Amino acid sequence: MIRFLTHRTLQGIVLILIVSMIGFTVINLAPGGPLSQYAMTPGMSQQDLDRIAHQMGLDRPIPVQYLDWLVNMVSGDWGKSYRDQSPVLDVVWRHMGATLLLMGTSTAIAVALGTLIGVLGALKRYSVFDYMATVGAMIALSIPTFWFGLVAIFFFSLELGWLPAGNMYTVGDQSFSDYAIHLIMPSIVLALVNVAIWSRYMRASTLDVMDQDYVRTARAKGLPRWRIVSAHIVRNALIPMITLAGLQLPTIIGGALVTETVFTWPGLGRLFIDSLGYNDYPVIMGLLMFSAILTVIGNFLADVGVALADPRIRLG
Amino acid sequence: MTNTPFKDLTHPSRRGFLGMTMLTAAGLGLSGLPGAARAQATGQVIVGISQEPTVFNPHLLHIEVDEGIHWAIFDPLFSVEPDGSFAPRLVTEVPSIENGGISEDGTEWKITLKEGVTWHDGTPLTAEDVKFTLELQKDPDFRAARRTGHELIEEITVVSDTELTWKMSSAFAPYMAILSWTFIVPKHAFDGVDPNEAPFNQSPIGTGPYKWDSRAPGDNIQLVANPDYHGDGASIERIVVKYVPDLTVLYTQFKTGDIDVIALQGISPDHYAEASTLEGKTVELVPVGTVETLSLNLGNPVLADKAVREALYLGVDKTTILEALYYGLPTPTETYMPQQSFYYNPDLPEHVYDPEAGKALLDEAGWVPGSDGIREKDGQRLSFICSTTAGNHVREQMQQFLQQSWKEMGIEMEISNLPPAVMWADHWMQSQFDMAVAGIIFLTGPDPDTTNYMSTDSINAQGGAGQNTFQISIPELDELLKKGATTVSPEARKPIYAEIQSMIREELPFLPLFQRNEVRGHLEGLQGYEPNINVRITFWNMQDWSWA
Repeated sequence: MIRFLTHRTLQGIVLILIVSMIGFTVINLAPGGPLSQYAMTPGMSQQDLDRIAHQMGLDRPIPVQYLDWLVNMVSGDWGKSYRDQSPVLDVVWRHMGATLLLMGTSTAIAVALGTLIGVLGALKRYSVFDYMATVGAMIALSIPTFWFGLVAIFFFSLELGWLPAGNMYTVGDQSFSDYAIHLIMPSIVLALVNVAIWSRYMRASTLDVMDQDYVRTARAKGLPRWRIVSAHIVRNALIPMITLAGLQLPTIIGGALVTETVFTWPGLGRLFIDSLGYNDYPVIMGLLMFSAILTVIGNFLADVGVALADPRIRLG
Repeated sequence: MTNTPFKDLTHPSRRGFLGMTMLTAAGLGLSGLPGAARAQATGQVIVGISQEPTVFNPHLLHIEVDEGIHWAIFDPLFSVEPDGSFAPRLVTEVPSIENGGISEDGTEWKITLKEGVTWHDGTPLTAEDVKFTLELQKDPDFRAARRTGHELIEEITVVSDTELTWKMSSAFAPYMAILSWTFIVPKHAFDGVDPNEAPFNQSPIGTGPYKWDSRAPGDNIQLVANPDYHGDGASIERIVVKYVPDLTVLYTQFKTGDIDVIALQGISPDHYAEASTLEGKTVELVPVGTVETLSLNLGNPVLADKAVREALYLGVDKTTILEALYYGLPTPTETYMPQQSFYYNPDLPEHVYDPEAGKALLDEAGWVPGSDGIREKDGQRLSFICSTTAGNHVREQMQQFLQQSWKEMGIEMEISNLPPAVMWADHWMQSQFDMAVAGIIFLTGPDPDTTNYMSTDSINAQGGAGQNTFQISIPELDELLKKGATTVSPEARKPIYAEIQSMIREELPFLPLFQRNEVRGHLEGLQGYEPNINVRITFWNMQDWSWA
C-alpha cells in the first residue's frame, strides 16, 4: 500500500510539472499578451505599454518567468491576478463556493436520476420506458446547454415569471430559500446532460451484471426480486461508476462554464473564461494547476474507491 | 452653419441645456452651507454591465468599466461636464488664465481646495493628498496607467492644507482634460506599502458621493451613499453594479426587471426595435466618442497612393451599410472628432457613393484592369487584406459587402480576421495590417489633441511611441498638432483643429464611416441618468440619479 501511495504521488508530481511547463509555455507563446487589450485605451502609447510590461517583469525570457513562477508556487505563492491584484488562491477560493453549490446540487440530481433511469432501463430492456430513456438521453446530449438554458429562462422567467432569470441570489435577501429558488433552473439545466451520461453508463453496467452467475444463483436461491436488484445487481453495477465519478472531479473547473454564463453564476468556469479573455496568466495557470491536481486526486480516489468496493482488486 | 463658441447657448439642445442646469446645480452646491440638512438617501438601483470592474485604484492600468466605480468613489479636482466645460469638485474654482490659476505661459498652476472635505474614513483631505496623487504617476515603481502630462510637472509646492502650486516644464493644453479624470487618492492609504499592492487597491477610500461597501468577485459590487459628501449628495442609497457577461442574458434580465439600468455596451442594435416597445422602460440612443473607421496602413505600397484611398472611399455605400447592417443607429461622419465636441468641424466635404468616379480616378492614376479584372500599376496588383476582431458579425458582414462593392471597381480585398488579443497587439500597434476595421476613440476626454494618433513621432513601426498605426507623416500636420497642444485658449485652438480635420479628411489615413451611438436602457422612473461624451463610461454621474 505504501509503495502504491509513493508511486502514485511521484507520478502525480511529474504529471503536474509537465502540465505546468506546457501550459506556461503555450499561454506565453500565444500572440498578444496581458497588455494587448489596453492598446485601444484612448491616449495609450507603446511607450506606456512597454514600461508597464517591464515593471510587471513580462519582458523577461519565458524560462526565467517560468522558474520564478514555479519556485513561488511551490512555496505557496501562486502569484497575483493581473486584473484585480488579489492573490490567485484567493481569487480561486472566492469563486469556488458558487461552483461547488451548483455542481453539488446538479451532480446529486444527475446521479440519483441517472442511476434510477439506468437501472430501470436495464431491468426492463426494450420496453417503452427503455426506448424513451434512450431517445431522451440522445436528445439531452445533443441539445446545447446554452440554448436549453435560454429556452428555460424564456418560459419560466419571461413568460410564466415563476423563477428568477439568473444570478445566485437577490441582492439584499440572500436567505436559504432565496439561494434555493435561484438554484432550480441552472442545476436542472446542468444536470440534464449528466443524467443522460450517467443513465447510459448505468444501463450498460447493470446489463453486464445482470447476466453474472451470482445473480442467477441468487435468483435460484429464491431471494426476493428487490433484494437481488439492490444487493447484488445495483451494488456491483455501481463499481464502474466510481471511476466515472473520479474522472468527473476535475470538470468542476470548466464543466459548468456555459451554464454559469447563461445564468450569471459567479463560479470557476466563468472565472476561467474571463481570465483567458484578459490574458490573466497567473489565474489561468492557477486554474490549470488546480485542474491538474484535481485530475490526479480524482484518479487516485477512483482507484482506491474501486479497490475498497471490489475486494477482487488489489492495489500495488 | 457657423460654429460659434456659444453654439450651445444660442441653440440650446437638450444636452446643452442639461449641461447648463448641471453647471448651475454645481454652483449652488458650492454656495450651500456644509452643515445644511440634506434629505436621507433611500432605495437602490441595480446597474447591469457586461464586463467586470476589477481595478479600483484609478491610476493602475484598467478598462473603461472600472471608471464607473472610480467616478462614484473618488473626485477629480474638477470634472468635465457633458458640454465639455469643467466644473469644480475638490477645488473652489477651476484654474484658468483669467482667474490667475494658470500663468499666462501656461507653466505655473495654483490650486485652492475646498474646506472641510473628508475621506470616507474621516481623515481630512489636504493639499498633501493632491501632491501625492500627482507624484504617484511618476513613481518609477508604480505601474501608472499613463504618465502623459504628469511627466511635465517639475516641482509641487504645498502652500497650506488647502493650497498648492506647481510648475510645468512646458505648457500642455490637454493637461486640463487629463486632470479632469485624475482622481485624487489618499496619501495615508499608501503609507509604507508598495502602491501596486496596497490594501487600498481592493477596498478603495475616496472623497466621492459613494463609499465602497462590498464586492462579490465575478458577481457584483455594492456602493452606499456617502452621507458626509461635500457636494450635493446622492439620493439613491445603494448602488449594485451587477456583472452579466452575456449581452443577450443582460438584455433578458433587463426585460424581467432583474436589473434597472443597462450600462456600458448597452442593448445590442438588433434588440433596439423590440426594446423601444418595452413597457415601463426608457430606451434611447446616446452618442459616444468612438468613430468606426476603415484604418489604412500608408506603409503599404498600394494604400500609400492617395488616389487609391480616395477611390476606396468613393466605393463605400455608407447609407446601405448603415441602414442594412447597423439598423440605422450610428451617425455618419467625415472626421475623427465627435460631432458634439466644441472643436468639431462641420464644413468638411461630404462623402458621396460614386463608384464610377472612383474608377475614373484609378484610371487617371494609372491603375488599369489586368487580365483577371483586378487593376494593376507597375506590376503591383490593387489588392490588400482587411482585418478586424474575429467574431464581430456585423463587421464581418460589412467586410463582405465592401469586398463586393470594391471588386466591381477592380479592387481586390481579402478578409482575414484575428482574435482580439492578436488583432490589437503587434498586428495593430506595429502597423502590420493593410486595412483594419477599427472603432477608435481619438480624443482623450474633451481635449482635441490627437498627437498620439497622427504625429510622425507616434509611429511605432518607425521607432516612435504612440498609436499612429496609419503611419501618416506630414510635416505641416506635425506643426499644427504641436501648435494646438501648446495653445491654451479654446477659441485660439479651434481654427487649428478645424484645419487638422480638413487635412485628415483630404489625406484619408482612415476612411471615416460613422460615429457610434449606444442604445441605453433604464427603468422609466430613474431620473438624472445623463450621457457625457467627454468621459469614457456611461454611469459617471450616479450621485445625480434619483427615483421619481
